[in-house]
Amino acid sequence: MVDVTPADAVPPAEVGEVELYHPHSWWTKYVFSQDAKVIAVQYSATATAIGLVALVLSWLMRLQLGFPGTFDFITPEAYYQFITMHGMIMVIYLLTALFLGGFGNYLIPLMVGARDMVFPYVNMLSYWVYLLAVLVLVSSFFAPGGPTGAGWTLYPPQAIMTGTPGGQDWGIILMLSSLILFIIGFTMGGLNYVVTVLQGRTRGMTLMRLPLTVWGIFTATVMALLAFPALFVACVMMLLDRLLGTSFFMPAVVEMGEQLQHNGGSPILFQHLFWFFGHPEVYIVALPAFGIVSDLISTHARKNIFGYRMMVWAIIAIGALSFVVWAHHMYVSGMHPYFGFFFATTTLIIAIPTAIKVYNWVLTLWRGDIHLTIPMLFALAFIVTFVNGGLTGLFLGNVVVDVPLSDTMFVVAHFHMVMGVAPILVIFGAIYHWYPKVTGRMLDETLGRFHFWVTFLGAYLIFFPMHYLGLMGIPRRYAELTDMTIMTESAHHLNSFISIMAFIVGFAQMVFLFNLIWSIRHGREAGGNPWRATTLEWQTPHTPPAHGNFGKELPIVYRWAYDYSVPGAKEDFIPQNVPGSFGLGPSREQP
Amino acid sequence: MAVVLVLVLIVVGSVLFHFLSPWWWTPIASNWDYIDNTIIISFWITGIVFSAVVLFMAYCVFRFRHREGNRAAYEPENKRLESWLMIVTAAGVTALLVPGLFVWSRFVNVPSEAADIEVIGQQWQWSFRLPGKDGKLGTSDTRDVSAENPLGIAPGDPNGQDDIVVEAADLHLPVGKPVKVLLRSIDVLHDFYIPEFRAKMDMIPGSVTYFWFTPTRTGTFQVLCAELCGQGHPLMHGTVVVDTEQDYLAWVGQQQTFAQLSAPKQTGSVNQPSGKTMASGLDVAAKLETLEAR
Repeated sequence: MVDVTPADAVPPAEVGEVELYHPHSWWTKYVFSQDAKVIAVQYSATATAIGLVALVLSWLMRLQLGFPGTFDFITPEAYYQFITMHGMIMVIYLLTALFLGGFGNYLIPLMVGARDMVFPYVNMLSYWVYLLAVLVLVSSFFAPGGPTGAGWTLYPPQAIMTGTPGGQDWGIILMLSSLILFIIGFTMGGLNYVVTVLQGRTRGMTLMRLPLTVWGIFTATVMALLAFPALFVACVMMLLDRLLGTSFFMPAVVEMGEQLQHNGGSPILFQHLFWFFGHPEVYIVALPAFGIVSDLISTHARKNIFGYRMMVWAIIAIGALSFVVWAHHMYVSGMHPYFGFFFATTTLIIAIPTAIKVYNWVLTLWRGDIHLTIPMLFALAFIVTFVNGGLTGLFLGNVVVDVPLSDTMFVVAHFHMVMGVAPILVIFGAIYHWYPKVTGRMLDETLGRFHFWVTFLGAYLIFFPMHYLGLMGIPRRYAELTDMTIMTESAHHLNSFISIMAFIVGFAQMVFLFNLIWSIRHGREAGGNPWRATTLEWQTPHTPPAHGNFGKELPIVYRWAYDYSVPGAKEDFIPQNVPGSFGLGPSREQP
Repeated sequence: MAVVLVLVLIVVGSVLFHFLSPWWWTPIASNWDYIDNTIIISFWITGIVFSAVVLFMAYCVFRFRHREGNRAAYEPENKRLESWLMIVTAAGVTALLVPGLFVWSRFVNVPSEAADIEVIGQQWQWSFRLPGKDGKLGTSDTRDVSAENPLGIAPGDPNGQDDIVVEAADLHLPVGKPVKVLLRSIDVLHDFYIPEFRAKMDMIPGSVTYFWFTPTRTGTFQVLCAELCGQGHPLMHGTVVVDTEQDYLAWVGQQQTFAQLSAPKQTGSVNQPSGKTMASGLDVAAKLETLEAR
């Protein structure tokens, strides 16, 4: 380890400045925009809009579960359509699109010190194909037979048979087409994010000086580029099975007394393809959340993130390991039982880098100067719900424990806590944190605190008790919870309680939406760096940043992203583009 | 301060809920109390970790919350501490995994004395088949399924002729005898699940899957389908009755074999299929009508 002067860590510019496309009209500036920041807002608004549909669907299904037999219009057919669309929208069209298309587009160029994404035109196309995918998805609500009710996992054979809503109508066709479009759109955006992080960084921004937000989004994008193709081929094959009568996933089956023409296909092959995508997908959502929450905690505790390099390696290790754990979703699928030994082991190993991240978050709080701002509150709530949901993952990953619990409400509670509630709490924290940069104004504090407490406590009260319904053996995906011997009166009461909490939490989101819109005009003026943060997006000459982000000169980076409360420094933060010999973090030890 | 209080309350409340709430697993009726024990170990280890992390956080917020003039410490990393935490975590994970894998190897290795029974799932009912006097189940194929042969037993296989067929009725099992449950589906995925037995496994059209268990007490248990199988999924209930040896033998004596059922113009069968539509198809229509009617 050689000590170097900071100036040596800034390599000379290798390539000249990229010529930016300058918009000439309102249309090219705000609609067909090639500015990553505008595209980010477009992605976020579309994802939020479709997310609201998913929220309403969750209310409808909770009406049925909490008050069975009360609402005549919720037939089993409708119920299965609600859960399917809710799940698919939340996982793909909201979480993936918002983290990568929304936060990725906004933060990557700003945080790495680039003027824009490296391929702005492809970036624009990415959004419009995503919008098309959303429209195709929404159109299935209006198609004959309605949307598919196959469950978000779309397992064949039932997904394309008559016993399932939309199986022999338009529902499944539109769903598969929409997914194919989404993947095409994502691939265009994803290539952009990866190349921008690798090639678009400003002078001095070494990989080990990147904020963890960028590391999280970057690793998640690489994973998504490798995982989505598995879903893509699965969708194409199922579409062929459904439309042309091929037999990729269809064995010989009897449907309502009739022999179908299919033969020789493998339903379990679809499950492998689906989860080869589906498990990395969990971390595609989680890693950006991990990265963002690290930066929120560090900024609002005024302390460097603890163990930065370990955090980077943990992100990479989780990303790599998540490709060899997929069959833990299939312990009771009927695959060869000896797979269980392998996948249980890999699954529990992934707990180690994940636990390290949790330790480092809480150790960042230790001896910090904790400002209980709204982003910090959401970050704390994230840790609680993520630890809770992560630990129940150790039940389900441990193959034999999964046997009684799989396909029960325990699973529903687990995955909502760990990849529903936890990442969404980070999204909220991130919005309160970066909204001032996007709009120039702060979100309202009182409404924000109300939103935080109702969302956090409400979500915990919904999903923590739900685990115990699963422990009782109550299966998931039951449109009717009547006529079951294990279903006690008190379990029905608990279900009603959960439903009522779900309505309350949903209502709090309306308050949040109001805050988002109201504060654009009426929020307190934020200034350029209201949180006194170190990363480059807070050092722009304009707020909101203008086209090209950084004015005339790109910033030069001299230090890591976490020089908070550096001993000897006057302020309790030193931005990345400020030279000097104080602080500099572990990168100081780099040769 | 509210934050500190709430974090502590979350830990206390969750632990109290765990021990005091009325929602807990059903009394076990099989040999898989090993699984219950593994779950208890998991609850202890994860419960301790959860409480420790959240209480530590609460302490940090209490002790290091912002006050005028405070300044955070500057400590980029601490290799020793990080290594220790990694080792402790690895030990905790091992303590969960090792007993789990031992029980799993029991779960997947069927004892040789286990008796074969077959469960056949179809939208949306359960049927069963037991080996006849020869102790062997005949082969089967979805392509052989017809109105007269709803389980698709190969008509040419002599082993199948004496198989006992229980179509859309209750299954009986003798208490204390291990059974290997062979699982088959003729249409979509299903999952044979009895909460009191703890075990479950998917059934896949075109394959035969299995699990085993030993019923440990007599009684009547409800079968649930645990894999989404279309809109009739939540209504796909069945019944397994665990009998004493005598009661079981009496029940077996009343059942009909495949040969008896497939003899022309048989009487007393579970159903009288007519034409191309099978009993299951009619059942489905009836079930869905009642659902739609509500």
